[in-house]
Amino acid sequence: MKRSNAPIFWSMFGAGGMLSALFGPALVFITGIAVPMAILVPPDLMSYAHAHAFAQHWFGKACLFAFVSLFLWHGVHRIFHSLHDIGLHTGILAKLCCYGGALAGTLVAGWALLSIGF
Amino acid sequence: MSARRPYVRSMAGWWRRDPFFVRYMAREATAVLVVAYAVIQLVGLVRLGQGQAAWEGWLQALRHPLSVALHLVLLAVFLYHTWSWFRIMPKTMPMILPDGKRLSPTLITGTGLAAAAVLCIALIVASMKVAS
Repeated sequence: MKRSNAPIFWSMFGAGGMLSALFGPALVFITGIAVPMAILVPPDLMSYAHAHAFAQHWFGKACLFAFVSLFLWHGVHRIFHSLHDIGLHTGILAKLCCYGGALAGTLVAGWALLSIGF
Repeated sequence: MSARRPYVRSMAGWWRRDPFFVRYMAREATAVLVVAYAVIQLVGLVRLGQGQAAWEGWLQALRHPLSVALHLVLLAVFLYHTWSWFRIMPKTMPMILPDGKRLSPTLITGTGLAAAAVLCIALIVASMKVAS
């Protein structure tokens, strides 16, 4: 019997969903509201020096890669499975677009982080 | 060609018929904005790799009022995602039976929400303490 690839997509959906549920609100608040509006956090929290040093450190790199890619895998999995609910009965093409998009985003994130160096 | 025209009930707006389905669709819809946030951050990563000027352009774009408004919407949606994620967790997690009994759904949801609150507050406090 051919093995199903569903558990792989499901586990990345679950991992991304868990990370975004646990940390998402704080991340959105810090990166999208507190830093741009200069409230609560130091004004240079996301300065080039800070952001670059964070992305060069192995731990920062791992966090950035995990968050960006797993958020994508989480979102596209849910969108793909909701297409049926909104009356779009698509097949392999929608699957390629959804998971392909997440894969492309993962590769771009990996490439960007590697280009920043260690 | 058959003259039969069987009645087929329309599926349009099916989820608006029941508050349970409305909550289900709202939960599924959060995925679109989770992807949107990931794409914004992905652009930031690429800009960071392109050097200081590119990074500061991205930061400048985040300061635009429309961006801040979008992030306020994102914040509300992420909070809803957190709430709904742990609300359905009693059904989505593998069943565990400590002492031979199922864990209470309230306990699972409450633990998850408490963990999210602690981690979010810790992250914000940590970011406030980053040296200038």
